[in-house]
Amino acid sequence: MPKRDDITSVLVIGSGPIVIGQACEFDYSGTQACRVLKSEGIRVILINSNPATIMTDPEFADATYVEPITTEVIERVIAKERPDALLPTLGGQTALNAAIAAAEAGILDRYDVELIGANLEAINLGENRELFKGVVERCGADSARSHICHTMEECLAAAEDLQYPVVVRPSFTMGGLGSGFAYNEEDLRRIAGAGLHYSPTTEVLLEESILGWKEFELELMRDKADNVVVVCSIENVDPVGVHTGDSVTVAPALTLTDREYQRMRDVGIAIIREVGVDTGGCNVQFAIEPDTGRLIVIEMNPRVSRSSALASKATGFPIAKIAARLAIGYTLDEIPNDITGSTPASFEPTLDYIVVKVPRFAFEKFPAADPVLTTTMKSVGEAMSLGRSFTEALGKALRSIDKKGMNLHWDGPVPAGEQLEELLAEIAVPTEKRFIQVQQCLRAVEAGTLTLEAVFDACKIDPWFLDQILLMNEVATKVKDAATLDADLLREAKGHGLSDQQIADLRGLKVNEVYQIRKALGVTPVYKTVDTCAAEFEARTPYHYSSYDAETEIMPRDREAVIILGSGPNRIGQGIEFDYSCVHAALTLKDRYETVMVNCNPETVSTDYDTANRLYFEPLTFEDVMAVYEAELAAGPVKGMFVQLGGQTPLSLAQRLEDAGVPILGTSPEAIDNAEDRAAFGRVLDAAKLPAPAYGTAHGIDQAIEIAEGIGYPVLVRPSYVLGGRGMEIVYDRAQLEDYGTRMDSIGDHATDAPLLVDRFLDDAIEIDVDALFDGEEMFLGGVMEHIEEAGIHSGDSACVLPPFSLSQAELDRIRTSTEALARGIGVRGLMNVQYALVSDVLYVLEANPRASRTVPFVAKATGIPLAKAASEVMAGATIAELKASGMLPEHDAATTDMSQRIAVKEAVLPFKRFRTHEGIAVDSVLGPEMRSTGEVMGFDDTFPLAFAKSQTAAFGGLPTGGKVFVSTADRDKRSITFPIARLRQLGFEILATAGTAQVLQRMGIPSTVVRKHSEGKGPNGEPTIVDVIHEGGVDLIINTPSGQGARADGYEIRAAATAADIAIVTTTQQLSAAVLAIEALQAGPFDVLSLQDAARA
Amino acid sequence: MTAANRAVLVLEDGQTFEGRAYGAVGETLGEIVFNTGMTGYQETLTDPSYHKQIVVMTAPHIGNTGVNDEDDESRRYWVAGYVVRDPARRPSNWRAQRSLDEDLVAQGVVGISGIDTRQLTRVLRTAGVMRAGIFSGDDALAGDLLARVRGAAQMKGAHLADEVSVAEPYVVEPVGEQVAHVVAVDLGIKAMTPQQMAQRGMRVTVVPSSTPAAEILAMNPDGVFFSNGPGDPGAADATVAQLREILDAKVPFFGICFGNQILGRALGYGTYKLAFGHRGINQPVMDRTTNKVEVTAHNHGFAVDAPLDGESDSPNGYGKVLVSHVCLNDDVVEGLECRDIPAFSVQYHPEAAAGPHDASYLFDRFLDLMKGQHA
Repeated sequence: MPKRDDITSVLVIGSGPIVIGQACEFDYSGTQACRVLKSEGIRVILINSNPATIMTDPEFADATYVEPITTEVIERVIAKERPDALLPTLGGQTALNAAIAAAEAGILDRYDVELIGANLEAINLGENRELFKGVVERCGADSARSHICHTMEECLAAAEDLQYPVVVRPSFTMGGLGSGFAYNEEDLRRIAGAGLHYSPTTEVLLEESILGWKEFELELMRDKADNVVVVCSIENVDPVGVHTGDSVTVAPALTLTDREYQRMRDVGIAIIREVGVDTGGCNVQFAIEPDTGRLIVIEMNPRVSRSSALASKATGFPIAKIAARLAIGYTLDEIPNDITGSTPASFEPTLDYIVVKVPRFAFEKFPAADPVLTTTMKSVGEAMSLGRSFTEALGKALRSIDKKGMNLHWDGPVPAGEQLEELLAEIAVPTEKRFIQVQQCLRAVEAGTLTLEAVFDACKIDPWFLDQILLMNEVATKVKDAATLDADLLREAKGHGLSDQQIADLRGLKVNEVYQIRKALGVTPVYKTVDTCAAEFEARTPYHYSSYDAETEIMPRDREAVIILGSGPNRIGQGIEFDYSCVHAALTLKDRYETVMVNCNPETVSTDYDTANRLYFEPLTFEDVMAVYEAELAAGPVKGMFVQLGGQTPLSLAQRLEDAGVPILGTSPEAIDNAEDRAAFGRVLDAAKLPAPAYGTAHGIDQAIEIAEGIGYPVLVRPSYVLGGRGMEIVYDRAQLEDYGTRMDSIGDHATDAPLLVDRFLDDAIEIDVDALFDGEEMFLGGVMEHIEEAGIHSGDSACVLPPFSLSQAELDRIRTSTEALARGIGVRGLMNVQYALVSDVLYVLEANPRASRTVPFVAKATGIPLAKAASEVMAGATIAELKASGMLPEHDAATTDMSQRIAVKEAVLPFKRFRTHEGIAVDSVLGPEMRSTGEVMGFDDTFPLAFAKSQTAAFGGLPTGGKVFVSTADRDKRSITFPIARLRQLGFEILATAGTAQVLQRMGIPSTVVRKHSEGKGPNGEPTIVDVIHEGGVDLIINTPSGQGARADGYEIRAAATAADIAIVTTTQQLSAAVLAIEALQAGPFDVLSLQDAARA
Repeated sequence: MTAANRAVLVLEDGQTFEGRAYGAVGETLGEIVFNTGMTGYQETLTDPSYHKQIVVMTAPHIGNTGVNDEDDESRRYWVAGYVVRDPARRPSNWRAQRSLDEDLVAQGVVGISGIDTRQLTRVLRTAGVMRAGIFSGDDALAGDLLARVRGAAQMKGAHLADEVSVAEPYVVEPVGEQVAHVVAVDLGIKAMTPQQMAQRGMRVTVVPSSTPAAEILAMNPDGVFFSNGPGDPGAADATVAQLREILDAKVPFFGICFGNQILGRALGYGTYKLAFGHRGINQPVMDRTTNKVEVTAHNHGFAVDAPLDGESDSPNGYGKVLVSHVCLNDDVVEGLECRDIPAFSVQYHPEAAAGPHDASYLFDRFLDLMKGQHA
């Protein structure tokens, strides 16, 4: 049964912006799908609003629509492109929901578009909990006892029957959004209330608690001939109660006998058949009662999921790629296994290594958020590691997380007495820190003061895993107590995953000394191959991982290698945008060099074995990167290493790598230091005669205060060498700065001894972001972006516009001249990002980063210039003149205004909805200098209002075109809001306002309805407060600007209610003006769509 | 590692691997093979087909779920030696009754741990399976180890079924009403096979390998079954003759693994030794009668040499024969179906244990064949 010949064009829907629960794994799966379909000669049409993705690069599809993923857009694209089929299973829940909506609206029938890779009936059976229960029963398996509820009354009755605690799970939401454990009625009202709201079908499932059970997952694939394979089994180290995305997980499952595993496999296969996923993948989650082995089915996803990406990377079996082939008619036995090249895909991978995945959280960005892990996913990224044993893989995975305090340690005495009691109580509640707390408890087990059973009773982590962590503790003790570090002991320690840093800490040595001793004793890792078959067949795909084992499998090569360091686990501030540049470097240089990728993030395109010539799935630490370099140097010539594309993580290794003899390509570590070190940067600025806000570098808080007093408040403080504005705050007075000093310890990821930077904060400045390329002689200005929000809001959280809509040619010329002077002064070879602030005609330099920036992919999409590709060429030695001659770069750069250029608006997507305070209220959504967005979207159209409208639709569903607007602003903003509010009134909106604001509006001739403040409480006759009105759905748009220093909490209740009720909210005046323009444009009618390819031709 | 727990694995080609003693201490010789299953070590250890073989597990962690009294596939451990990377320090499973370590010691299985099992597997994949020895303890480690390995018996030409077969017949009663009576010849049978038959209403009389055909036929069975088992099918002339008498009597026949090779020879085809065999539970096999792919459990070092294309004539005059199943990895013959006599067999393991249950339909096919005979 070969490929269908009746499908010549396919519409693929992507997953939109990166959000918690849906990250770049869908860029990986979508990119694979686009590649496969194109290689089959099929015309690929793509809709995805996320410009940071590889898949939205024009070369990956024939028609790329960077447009909001809505039913209207889908219809317009279909009407224009008339695809034969729609493939909705590779873009996560977003794509699946969008496709269902389009089908239900009759669009697919109207245009005769076939849904492939899934059918509506199967999606419904898999995702509707009531129907799915029936499926499980028909498959002869058990589900947890449960009740489906559509109202709060039904929820309360169900809980009565099931007994607390009960699990609440809303239908059709992703990443477990809105689900959780209710221990009592109060919890239930809160969680089920939110769940009913978020479920598009107003439906939640209440079920018996299976907290503490063992949790497993199977990844399955089925073809149209009914062949089914289980690609991977995954075991959660964290027992049931923690979302899989937030759990430490391991592949393959390690604590089941064959009989138990096969029973699970049988049930999984029966379910994929009964649900009717006929061409593609799905996952099924199971729980097993640890004392009795009772197996129950938790849920299934009838699509490619986050776990599919993990399973693909864990096994070498590319689920998305194969799902795409199955969707167009192939059967599993007709698809070759890429890795062996000689065997078919109709088999089940077998692993001779252990894979461990560890989540990375961002609670430090949301200090008010409840840190308890639940069935709602809260992690923002993950790292994966492979090793020849669980301990080896675990050690590598934990150090891949690259976050202070998140790795095993043996500091201080063995916990005892009250401290141990406390720890035991703490590990009963899952948090980000639990894993380390468990390890600390196990130190007491090693010391004989606690039993392993007691640890198990507290945390319910399977004793086998506990014993393995205990083993790591025992090895650590051996390392600590040994008279000398000999080769055998070092080999043992490394084989159990201990890092050089951990060994150094245990021995009181410097990490470099451990590295030197290890090298002198010849204790170095070998590299094994991920081959899907445990070495039964030869692998032809160089996908490697390190192990302290005997034989290495790195093949010698003749071509010169370029090693590219990726960016590690996604975190806020360092995510897919950096992976984008790494991927382009690999693809661009592949033809001339052996490209070697080093990364540990399983979600990314960079860790697809198809991207670079060689892939090393390794932590991005000095130790691990150096080992890869040494292995590659032994295999053949190495031209050098790229450290400037993956963000701050690889950049921070640059100097040590160079000191160790690694040739760093592109901008040198000295030049990097010129930009990072404030004194050096000051000299660059002086030489170029460029103004910057007054600043100083402080060692310690006392010095910071001294500097602040000197330059005057407000000041912007932050630790140096961080990304995403981590720890960055605007400080208005001495008291605030002192308070900052007390919290410094918890700020900053790794560089604790890094100095503090103190800058004069510029009020009311226009912020400008620039991405440029410099080859040592010539500069190419890639893009100039004007922020909508004023300086002071982190550039990653701010909406920005390209081309800059309000800058004059003179200003652009000034930006060009300044940027070139900076690039020359710093010594950039490759990409540089500069942030400027324009205040009263003075262009201040805020900072310059000689590396790829978050905005590189956005600039590339908006301008059609392959900026990341060009940067790779420059770093490998090409000149801009050569790139212009070859056509890769155009003759004129972004300093030349082209009036016909379309307007691109980048808008940030924020995760406030995910985080609740301990009391269950949404965390504050006010923006500040610390970045908190997880992703971005792009709106692209002829004018700014339309482009901005699209960006809002793509980011959160869109601005209303009518209804009620609630206005409550800071006093200083009252003047600037009157004009836009008057316009909203003209556009037909009803205005609601608190008394103070209403008075001002009244004087300006804008009638409004007064609503009670939250602090005023309900009126004597039960008149609702604004928070009540928001909760009841009586508001369509909220305008709330926080009132300056200290008083930011005033509007908190309003903003929290808006977040909880999912209502559009505007928190700055600049945003307001843009929103009013956009609303006006939207009222003129639905927007049109244009593909990037057509835009480039126009 | 201390000298006290040192162990050495010596291959026939002279390569040696240093590791730690695992299980019993002493010396063992055998043919070294690798198994790629990630689960099922207890079933593997008790599978009689591994008699005289040293088994390398490619899965790095072995023993995690301990050992229980329910999952044995026969009355004892059969492997000649056991090679693992990382033995569990502590078993964890609600059914575990003791640790694997204890059992290996109790059953006298000499093993080695802590070696690079992937490297060893790559050696065997490239060079093919060969003889090997595991040595631990001062006595065993003394002297010329390689000479002892090279002096061990070869698998090719070995006749081993009689060594693993039961001495006395026994009966496995059907679950529910009896629908057929099967005589199963134990050439190294796994417990799951008669269980699978019994679940479908078959009463199974398991008889020793040496039982003469006449005696089997005298039991008037509805069907006869030849099991899996160790050794070289090329050396099993007596068993082949035994089967020919049964085929001549037109009694419905089903064979698994060694039973498939015996049917192949009875029909007149040859058998040959594979370079490194198929041992794992992830092997894709296509049923050419339905074009469906099943993921199956394999344990075979020999295979039948029969024409893959279309039906061929049995060289021994049993009519048309179809290669009904092939392994998609390497096109090895995985099943035979006779068109003119009621007989079929598969090279792999529909009884699974360990392994997936995709092929259990073959027991239904056997029942259908017997029913068809009655009709």
